Amino acid sequence: MSAPIVLPKWVDLALVPALNVATAFAISGLVVLAIGENPLHAVRSLVAGSLGSAEGLGFTLYYATNFIFTGLAVALAYRAGLFNIGGEGQAYVAGLGAALVCLHLDFLPAILLLPAGVLGAAAFGAAWAIVPAWLQARRGSHIVITTIMFNWLATTLMAYLLVNVMREPQSMQPETRVFAPNGRLPQLHDIAGALGLPLPATPLNLAFLLALVAAFLVWLLLWRTRLGYEIRTVGLSPTAADYAGISTTRVIVVTMALSGALCGGLAVNEIMGVQHRLLLEFTSGYGFVGIAVALMGRAHPVGVVLASLLFGMLYQGGAELAFDQPKITRDMIVVIQGLVVLFAGALEGVFRAPLARLFAPAGPEATT
Amino acid sequence: MTETIDNAVFVLASALRLAVPLLLACLAGLWSERSGVVDIGLEGKMLGAAFAAGAAAAVTGNAWVGLAAGVAASVALGLVHGYASIDQRGNQIVSGTAINMIAVGLTALLGAAWFGQGGRTPPLEGAARFQPIALPGADAAAAIPVLGPIYRSLISGQDALTWLALAAAPLTAFVLYRTRFGLRLRAVGENPAAVDTAGISVRALRYAGVVICGALCGVAGAYLSVAQAAGFLPQMTAGKGFIALAALVFAKWRPGAALATCFLFGLLDAAAIRLQGVELPLVGQVPVQAIQALPYLLTVVLLAGFIGRAIPPRASGVPYVKER
Repeated sequence: MSAPIVLPKWVDLALVPALNVATAFAISGLVVLAIGENPLHAVRSLVAGSLGSAEGLGFTLYYATNFIFTGLAVALAYRAGLFNIGGEGQAYVAGLGAALVCLHLDFLPAILLLPAGVLGAAAFGAAWAIVPAWLQARRGSHIVITTIMFNWLATTLMAYLLVNVMREPQSMQPETRVFAPNGRLPQLHDIAGALGLPLPATPLNLAFLLALVAAFLVWLLLWRTRLGYEIRTVGLSPTAADYAGISTTRVIVVTMALSGALCGGLAVNEIMGVQHRLLLEFTSGYGFVGIAVALMGRAHPVGVVLASLLFGMLYQGGAELAFDQPKITRDMIVVIQGLVVLFAGALEGVFRAPLARLFAPAGPEATT
Repeated sequence: MTETIDNAVFVLASALRLAVPLLLACLAGLWSERSGVVDIGLEGKMLGAAFAAGAAAAVTGNAWVGLAAGVAASVALGLVHGYASIDQRGNQIVSGTAINMIAVGLTALLGAAWFGQGGRTPPLEGAARFQPIALPGADAAAAIPVLGPIYRSLISGQDALTWLALAAAPLTAFVLYRTRFGLRLRAVGENPAAVDTAGISVRALRYAGVVICGALCGVAGAYLSVAQAAGFLPQMTAGKGFIALAALVFAKWRPGAALATCFLFGLLDAAAIRLQGVELPLVGQVPVQAIQALPYLLTVVLLAGFIGRAIPPRASGVPYVKER
């Protein structure tokens, strides 16, 4: 019972995660039944709402952009054995970085200002992650607790700045002025329109491509570079890493800085791509979706992108669903998200023992 | 002079009201983590309990039924966390995160579906709420200087759950430090192998810790929706579970210090409300957010070891594997 469970590779990589996620969705279906609605109808309007039209698809990909960034952030930290629960706060502070650049350097042409804004977001996100990382590496403070505290510190800091410092004097809203056009990421329907291809207006913008590039770069980093090797070594065994001469302090701080910078992508998508101003609570819990996405995607960039698309569908389809079946509010998506985290994360091993018994004859060959 | 005392009593009374849910949740976390199960799902359990309590009290019109429902809901969520952490040896942080998400979603979803008031439960009145308990002679004593107002407005007029919370701290200390069960529970959070060798079930002790944690979180949630407010509001815990977590670290996992820390954090919260827009001598206006940030900031500084050291129970967060 206590011996490590060995399974054939395809079972480990495909069947177990599929079963876990299927269980999460099955229980979500039971919740829908419990409030007196038909889960199959719900699935139908979910899919129709998210993929059934160009508009729905645009929104789906826009949501997925946020989740790819935060999911990659959680996945990267996870590979180093760190649980970054602070994506929400890192993205929130990253918004400040993006906004400061877009507000104060708007004399630059878009071709310079937009990359500068992205860098600003990444730098601020990284800075907010470095402090807990350093405290973990050098002072032994548990990174989960410190990143949770930093989420709340970000909330109070941003509320203070937006209410007392950055708000426009004549405005009652705690938000900054709207960025000049050169500080806004082009949206897809604008680009397509300029090329003579009419698309419905959606918030989908260039940040989506940036997210895909980021996913490729994270893969490159983890499996094709020396630093990636060190990150994975620290994640699997910090003592072995130490023995091999890898500085765990450096790996922890660098990994968390990159993780925080990735969370900055959420701010780029929301602040520079859609809202075009800094406002309260623009992160809307997307940072936490990253946890579900990373666990479901098994902390691999390809998995993260696929899981992000699924969650993008859930968020967009959920909005349509709430319209079709008003009893199923968008809170249903948060329930599904929690169940996915539970079954793909904490209860990840539930199906392993029974499957090991099932595949016992195939076991020995598969392990070699 | 009288006005100063009235003011002080007013602030202290509101600090107490704000400290009660923190204290209950903090002691809840203490029981769980002392037994070796890290719990960042305090927030979710409190929220689930607040909803169940508000819903049951609204339907039955009885505050005590509400309390029982709240405790049951919270213990149920706790058992999910226990099963994942103890039997499945899953990641306890991930499990706690899941509990928090499920609670946020499910309470709002069920609230909207059952009561159709945008996620709220119907407003509670009379016996459906925990009412203040006036102690004998409270009004007569008010004439006595200093002690009178303190007796009338701070000691008298608290509800049953406040007294329960205040009793829970010494009771926790007694059971943890003066009983065999408490000794074993602390041991299982430090060195489960030693407890196992002595022939005592690690699993049973950890489940006990998780269930007590669930029950206390349940009382905390019921306090929010059935005593402090008159009904459940979506996301009404508003991060209190995380402040309780901070208080637990700040109190270094000790019940007496938990009582003091939660009252301090309650006082900070009360001061933040009271000082809104008030000009103070020398410092001028203090931004509310600065005071609100203090509990988190103090906890980070403490965790970093710059003022004392907060060392968690040694085996907390580590699943126990009997043999390899």
